[in-house]
Amino acid sequence: MSGATPAIQVERVTQAFGPPGSARRILALEEASIDVARGELVCLIGPSGCGKSSLLNVMGGLAAPSSGKVWIDGELVRGPSPRKVAYVFQENALFPWRTVIENLKLGMEFGRIPKGERHERATRALEAVGLSEFAGYYPGQLSGGMKQRAQLARALALETEILLMDEPFAALDEQTRMVLGEDLSVLLARTGKTIVFVTHSLMEAVFLADRVAVFSARPGRIKHILSVEEGHPRSPAFMTSAKLSALRNQLYEILHDEIRKAMNLRGPESASQAGKGEER
Amino acid sequence: MNFSRIAPRMVQAGFAGAVLGAWHLATSSGQVSPLLLPPLASVYRALVSLLATGNFWPDLRVTGSELLIAFSIAAIGGCVIGYLVGRSGYAVQVFDPLFAGLYSIPAILLFPLYVLFFGIGPGSKIAMGITIAFFPVVLSTIAGLRRVDRVYISAARSMGASGPRMFWRVMLPAAFPVIFAGLRMGLILAFLAILGTEMVASFAGLGHRIVDLAENMDSARMFAYVVFVVGIAFLLNVAVSFVDARLRREAL
Repeated sequence: MSGATPAIQVERVTQAFGPPGSARRILALEEASIDVARGELVCLIGPSGCGKSSLLNVMGGLAAPSSGKVWIDGELVRGPSPRKVAYVFQENALFPWRTVIENLKLGMEFGRIPKGERHERATRALEAVGLSEFAGYYPGQLSGGMKQRAQLARALALETEILLMDEPFAALDEQTRMVLGEDLSVLLARTGKTIVFVTHSLMEAVFLADRVAVFSARPGRIKHILSVEEGHPRSPAFMTSAKLSALRNQLYEILHDEIRKAMNLRGPESASQAGKGEER
Repeated sequence: MNFSRIAPRMVQAGFAGAVLGAWHLATSSGQVSPLLLPPLASVYRALVSLLATGNFWPDLRVTGSELLIAFSIAAIGGCVIGYLVGRSGYAVQVFDPLFAGLYSIPAILLFPLYVLFFGIGPGSKIAMGITIAFFPVVLSTIAGLRRVDRVYISAARSMGASGPRMFWRVMLPAAFPVIFAGLRMGLILAFLAILGTEMVASFAGLGHRIVDLAENMDSARMFAYVVFVVGIAFLLNVAVSFVDARLRREAL
C-alpha cells in the first residue's frame, strides 16, 4: 500500500532565477534528489544562497522548479496542497491584523476545513504549543519565540502529514531556539509527522534531524547525507552528549569548504563587479 | 497629581485663552475697526442665532452633497483603478509615475475650465473635488497593495488561499492602513477644494456664504460661519477616526 511510498520524493530538481540565457541568471539549485520517509525529520543545511529554501518552496508547491519533479504521497506536486503539507516560515508570517486564534482559524478557512471544526482544532493546536492563554493576543503583543509557536500551531491545526519549516527559529536567540527545538522533538515523537526543516545552525540540525542533507555552495547540490541514529523525543541530555558533538564536528568538516566557497563568491571584488553590472 | 501629563493641556488652553484675550482687548479698546474684527460677543451671538435658526442648512446641504458625491466617486474610482493597476507589475510601471506626475500639477488651475464645462453650480465643484481627491486615493491603493509583505502571501498560498479569498482576507487588510491614509487625505483635500471653489465662483454653499458675508461687511456672521465650518471639519475628522478604528478592529 501507500506505506511503501516515501512521503516526499524529490527527483533532480533544478531551480534557476532570472531570464534564461542572461548574465543575471542565477542557478540556485542543481539536480537535487532526496526521498523523505514517513515520520522522518530531514534537515537541509548549507551556505547562504545554496538553494535549500528554494527546494523547500518547490516541495510545498509555492514555486515551480526550472526542471525536475517532486511527489508528495506519490502525487506530483503542481501547487500548494494544504491538505497534505503545512508550512512554517522564518518570522512575521502571522497576519498582524488578527489575533492568534483568528490566525489559526483563517488558516483553516483557507484550507477548507469545515467551520464547525475550526474552534476545537485551534484550541487543541494552541494547547500543543503551550499558547492557550495567548489565544486572544495580537501577534504584535507576542515575543519572537511565542510568535513562532503560534505559527507552528497554525500549521498543526491544518493536521497535515507533512510539515515544511523554513528556518523557523533563525530570528530567535539561542536559548529560546534550544527550548523550541526540544519542544519540537517532543511534538514530532507524539504526532509522527514528516518534517523537512531548513536551518543554518549545525547544532539545531544534529539535535533535531534523523538525517541531515548538506548542500554545496551555489549552485546548490546535495553533497552529503548524514544520519543521526537517535530516537525522538530527544532529551536535553542528548544536547550535551559526546555523540552529538562528534556528529556536529563531522558536519562542520563537510560544510567548512562549502561555506568558504560561498563567502568567496560574495567577496569585495565580485561585489563591485556586480555593482557595475547593475549600472549598465 | 501627574503634572507632566497636565502641563501640555494647560499650555494649549493657555494659548487658546491668550488668542481670545488678545482678540477681546483689540476690539474692546476701539483700536481695531469692528468691520475687520468684530467683538467676540457679537460673533458668539451670531453663531448662536445661526445654530438656533438653522439658517446654515441650505448652504450645508449644497456643500455636503457636493463633498459626498465628489468623495464617493474619487474613493470608488481611486480604489478600483488602484486595484486594477496594482495587480500587474507592468501596469504599475506605466501608471504609477503617470498618476504621481498628474498629482503634482496644481489641479486648481483647471477650475476656470471646469466652470466652462460644468457651469457655475455644483457640477464644477464636484469635478474639482474628484480631480483633487482621486490621486491620493489611487496612489495609496497602488502603493498599499504593492507593498504587502511577500511572506503573508506565501503563508496564505501555502494554506490554500487564492483568488477572492486571498484579496479580501490578506491583500486588503494588509494594505488597509495605507489605503485608508489615502482616503483620509482625499476627503480632506476634496473638502478644501470644494470650499475654495465655492468662494471663487458659485451660487450657494458654505464657501459662497462666507465670501458673500465678507463682501457685505457682515463680519460677525462671517466669523460665525467660519467657526461653524471649523466645527464641521472637526466632526468629519472624528468620524473618519472612528471608522478607521472600527474597520481595523472588526471588519478585517
